[in-house]
Amino acid sequence: MQKLRKIFTGILLAFFHIGLLAQGPATRPEMADVMRSNGKIYVVVAIVLLIFLGIVFYLIRIDRKVTDLENRWSDKI
Amino acid sequence: MVDNEIGSLTSDSKQHPMLKFMYQSWWKYVSVLILIYVILMGFLYAAPAQHILNESIRALHFHVPMWFGMMILFLISVIQSVKHLRTGDLKYDLVAAETANVGIVFGLLGLVTGMVWANYTWGSWWNGDPKQNMSAICLLIYLAYSILRSSVNDPEKRGRISGVYNIFAFCAMIPLLFIIPRLTDSLHPSNGGNEGFVVYDLDNSLRIVFYPAVIGFTLLGLWAASLRVRTRMLHYKLLKLV
Repeated sequence: MQKLRKIFTGILLAFFHIGLLAQGPATRPEMADVMRSNGKIYVVVAIVLLIFLGIVFYLIRIDRKVTDLENRWSDKI
Repeated sequence: MVDNEIGSLTSDSKQHPMLKFMYQSWWKYVSVLILIYVILMGFLYAAPAQHILNESIRALHFHVPMWFGMMILFLISVIQSVKHLRTGDLKYDLVAAETANVGIVFGLLGLVTGMVWANYTWGSWWNGDPKQNMSAICLLIYLAYSILRSSVNDPEKRGRISGVYNIFAFCAMIPLLFIIPRLTDSLHPSNGGNEGFVVYDLDNSLRIVFYPAVIGFTLLGLWAASLRVRTRMLHYKLLKLV
């Protein structure tokens, strides 16, 4: 219980941080990188796509598990 | 003897003209492909430039399909409830219950995403807009449906009572979402005298993403519902009810 509480507060504290800007404006040269163009919108696209595919992967796993259970039951009864 | 009957009923739902889709996978992959298209096109394809809305117009592809999906799921649910009341078959009752449950999830997601969108375009999380209020009432009616279900233990009785309630709930949803918001002033497009589906509201660059989004999200919801129906059917089989 004590350990669990420590882990939990640790995770909770990780959300409280101060955002720091190390770079001043326009000090870094613009690189020819697709992911950093257009206000880095492609990063968001990649994140949303990854989350969606993760959920789909999870759904596929559940689907397989249910199919497996159904097959076992039709064998047993 | 009883065991054989249960075994034959397993294959029964696999040969059912509609329920057999629960065990097929092609339409699940179709929904995933459509939604990958929707995510890519929704973010990256051209969208009409509008004041106040700006790029948030793209939320149309994700927020509105939640509501369309919810309505389609509730429609499927009420049809299954009628089927259950006509035949007394518990399979239809399970499908009705689980499509309604996923519909509630879609509705809650639609409500929350709508609040985020409203905050940055209409100025506050909750504007008391008739469509916001009525959709919240609609969700409460459907939440009562699932509470009603969980309060009755006997499956036959549960099927009949909640089936009748589901018909009332669906009949209440129609005026709440389609009629009342159109009778008064509303911030939503196509309500309160605004014409929907005109050039300024929904132009072609939005349509080619929005309509697939509705289909894709609805199929994804049906997938989730089918998984719940299948696990519930296994559960019923354990209790030797189906």
